[in-house]
Amino acid sequence: MAFARPISTTRSTAGMPTGRLAVWWVIASEVVIFGGLLASYIMHRLAHDAWTAQAAHTNMWIGAFNTLVLLTSSLSAVLAHKAAEEGDGARAAKLLCATIGGGLLFLCVKAFEWTIEITAGFTLQSSTFWSFYYTASGLHAAHIIAGVIILAFVASTARKNLELHRVELIGLYWHFVDVIWIFLFPLLYIAK
Amino acid sequence: MADTVPAFAHGAHPHHEVSFWSKYVFSTDHKMIAMQYMFTGLFMGLIGGYFAYVFRMQLAFPGVAVPGFGLVSPAEYNALVTNHGTIMIFWVAMPVLLAAFGNFLIPLMLGCDDMVFPRINRLSYQLFLLSAIILVISFFVPGGGFGGAWTAYPPLSAKAEYSLTPLGSTLWLVAVTFEFIAFLLGGINFVTTVMNSRAPGMKMYDIPMVVWMIVVASILFMASVGPLIAGAIMLLMDQNLGTAFYDPDRGGDPILWQHLFWFFGHPEVYVVLLPTLGIVAEIITVFARKKLFAYKTVLYTVFGTAVLSFTVWAHHQFVAGIDPRMAHIFTITTLLISIPIAELMFVYIATLYGGSITLTTPMLWALSFIATFLIGGVTGIFLGASGTDIYLHDTYFVLAHFHYTFFPITIIGFFAGITYWFPKMFGRMLDERLGKIHFWGTIIPFNIIFLTLFVVGLGGQHRRIYDYTQFPDLARFQDLRVLATVWLVLMLGFQVVFIYNFFRSMARGEKASNNPWKANTLEWSAASPPPHGNWSELPTAYRGPYEYSVPGREEDYWPQNVPG
Repeated sequence: MAFARPISTTRSTAGMPTGRLAVWWVIASEVVIFGGLLASYIMHRLAHDAWTAQAAHTNMWIGAFNTLVLLTSSLSAVLAHKAAEEGDGARAAKLLCATIGGGLLFLCVKAFEWTIEITAGFTLQSSTFWSFYYTASGLHAAHIIAGVIILAFVASTARKNLELHRVELIGLYWHFVDVIWIFLFPLLYIAK
Repeated sequence: MADTVPAFAHGAHPHHEVSFWSKYVFSTDHKMIAMQYMFTGLFMGLIGGYFAYVFRMQLAFPGVAVPGFGLVSPAEYNALVTNHGTIMIFWVAMPVLLAAFGNFLIPLMLGCDDMVFPRINRLSYQLFLLSAIILVISFFVPGGGFGGAWTAYPPLSAKAEYSLTPLGSTLWLVAVTFEFIAFLLGGINFVTTVMNSRAPGMKMYDIPMVVWMIVVASILFMASVGPLIAGAIMLLMDQNLGTAFYDPDRGGDPILWQHLFWFFGHPEVYVVLLPTLGIVAEIITVFARKKLFAYKTVLYTVFGTAVLSFTVWAHHQFVAGIDPRMAHIFTITTLLISIPIAELMFVYIATLYGGSITLTTPMLWALSFIATFLIGGVTGIFLGASGTDIYLHDTYFVLAHFHYTFFPITIIGFFAGITYWFPKMFGRMLDERLGKIHFWGTIIPFNIIFLTLFVVGLGGQHRRIYDYTQFPDLARFQDLRVLATVWLVLMLGFQVVFIYNFFRSMARGEKASNNPWKANTLEWSAASPPPHGNWSELPTAYRGPYEYSVPGREEDYWPQNVPG
C-alpha cells in the first residue's frame, strides 16, 4: 500500500528537519538507558575494591584496537554525509559501506575477545563485574548490529540518490554508538 | 530536507476506498490510533477493575468463593493485587491519558493533519498491543501470574524459588519493557510533532495547555524510564541467565533495583498527572468562560515540577535502610514538590473565580478532580516526611493516599476528557442526565471506599495481606473492610451506566455541531468527527487558546483560527 505522506511531515516550525530532531530525541532516550546502566556499574565498582582484580583480566589492547576501528568507521560516516550534502548518493553509499565494514570488524573482534574470555572461565555468571561487563558491552554490541542493518538500508536507498537526508541521520546515531564505546572502554578496560 | 513525494497528500486528491484492515487495524491515522489506544486501555481497565473486585471480596469475606471467580488462593491473591496495580498504571493510565488523548488532540489542536511519524505511531500501538497480550498470557502460564507487587522488588521478583512464578515473573517483565518501548516511540513522535508541525501563527505560548502538558509528560517519561529499562534487562538476566545484579550473596544489591525503579516510578506519577491537569485546564476555561489564570506561570511551574520530580524518588525507600542523612534530603525535596502542585491548584481555583460556571458533566468531573486530588496531595505530605512515613509505610494509609492521587488522575481524568471530547471524537453528544448519574455514582462510592481505607491504615493495617482475620489486632476492622468492598461493588456497578451511555450515544445520540461547547482551540474548527486529514484546508492560528469573555466582543469566545 502506498503511504500518502501527511502535510504535517513536511512542516518545520522549530527550524530543524523533523528527522534530525527525532534522532536527537532517540539519542537522548538512549543516553538515559546507558546512563542508568553505567551509573549502576560505577556505584558498584566504587563499593567493591575487589573488582579491580577481576577487571585486570580484560584485554586492553583488544579494546584499544576496537576503539580505533569504531572511530575510523565514524570518519567514513562523516565523509558519507558530506557526499550526500553534495548530492553524490553513489559516493555516500560507498562510504557507508566502509562504515558497515568497520561495524562488522568491530563485532568480529568482539566475538574473538569474548571467546578468549569465556574459555578462560570468565562468564556472565562469574561475578557481578563480569555480569556488568557482558551486559554493558552486549547492549552496546546490539546497538552496533542494529546500526549495521540500518546503515545497509540507508546505503541501498542513497545509492539510487533517494532520501539522502537519511545519511546524516544514521551518521548521528553511529557517532552516538561511538560515544557510548568511548565511555565503556575506560570503565571496563582501562580502570584496573 | 528534499522530499520526492508530493506534500499535498490530503485534501488535494479524492478520497480513495480503503479496506477494513487498513482503515481500522493497520491505520496510520492519528485519530484511529488514538481510538485503538483508548479501547485497548479501557479493555485492560475492565480487567483491572475485575481484579480489584475479586481481591476486595476476598478481604471482606475471606475464604468464601467470590461470585465470578471462585475461591481465591493466597498465590492468586498476590497475582491479583500485583497485576491490578500494573494494569491500572501501565495499561490504563498511560495508554488512555497519554497515548489516546495525546494522539487525538495533538494534531487537531496544533492544526495539522497527522503526526510527523504516522508509521512509527502505528508501530508504537502495535508494540503496546503486543505488551498487553503478553501480560494477559502471563496470567495463564503454569505457576500463574507474577505476584511480587507492581514494584517488583528483588529478591522476590528475581528468584523463582521465592516467587513460585518462574514464567509469570519473566512474562510480566517482558510485557512492561515492551510497553516502555512503545511509549518511548510514541513520546518522541509527540514531542517532535509539537516542535515542528504547529499551524502557521501558533507560537509557543499559543499552544493549548493540555498539549504542553502531554509534551512535558513525554519528555519526563523519556528521561526517567531509561535507567529502569536497563534495570529491567538486569532483572531479566537475574531471572533467567544466572547473573547476580540484585543478589547480595553474590556481590549484587537489591536496593539498586529500588533506586532504578523509583527513579522512574516517581516521575511516572507526573507523567500521568500532567495530561489530566491539562485536560482539566481546557475544561474549566471553557465552562467558566474565562481565560486560564497565569498561562506562563502554569507552564513554568510545570517545567519546575518536572525537574524537581527527579530528586524525590528515595522517599519510597525510607524504610529500606538508606542513610538517614539521605532521608533528610529527600524529605526536603519531597515537601518542596508539593509547592508547585499546590500552586497549580490555586491557579485553577483562580481561573474559576468570578467565571460564569456551567455545571456540565465534563465540568463536574474537572471540579471533582481538583477536590479529590487535593486530598491525595495533602495526605502525601505525611508520607513525604520521613518521620511520619516510618510509621505509615506500607499501610493502607499509603494505599488510600495513592488511590486519592491516581483515581482522580486516571479515572476522573479520563471521564473528564471523554465527556468533553466525545462530540469531537464520535460526532454525537453524550446524554447529560446519564452522565450526571454516572458521575455521582462514581464519585460518592470512591470517597467512601478510600476514606475508610485511610482509617484502617492509620489503625495499622498493612498492605498485601491475604486474610486480615488471622491478625487479632486487625480483626476489629472487618466491618470497615466490608463497607469498602460493598461500595466498590456499587461503584463498579455504576460503570454500566457509562458504558450504556457511551455506546448508545455513539450510535443514536444527538448530532453534535462542530463546536458544541463554544470553545476556542483548533480541534473545534474541524468537522465532528474530523475526516481523514482533519481539515480540507489546514487552519492558521491568530491568538492564544483561552480568549474567553474578551471585553468589547459580542461573543464570549474567540476561536484561535478566526482572523481579526
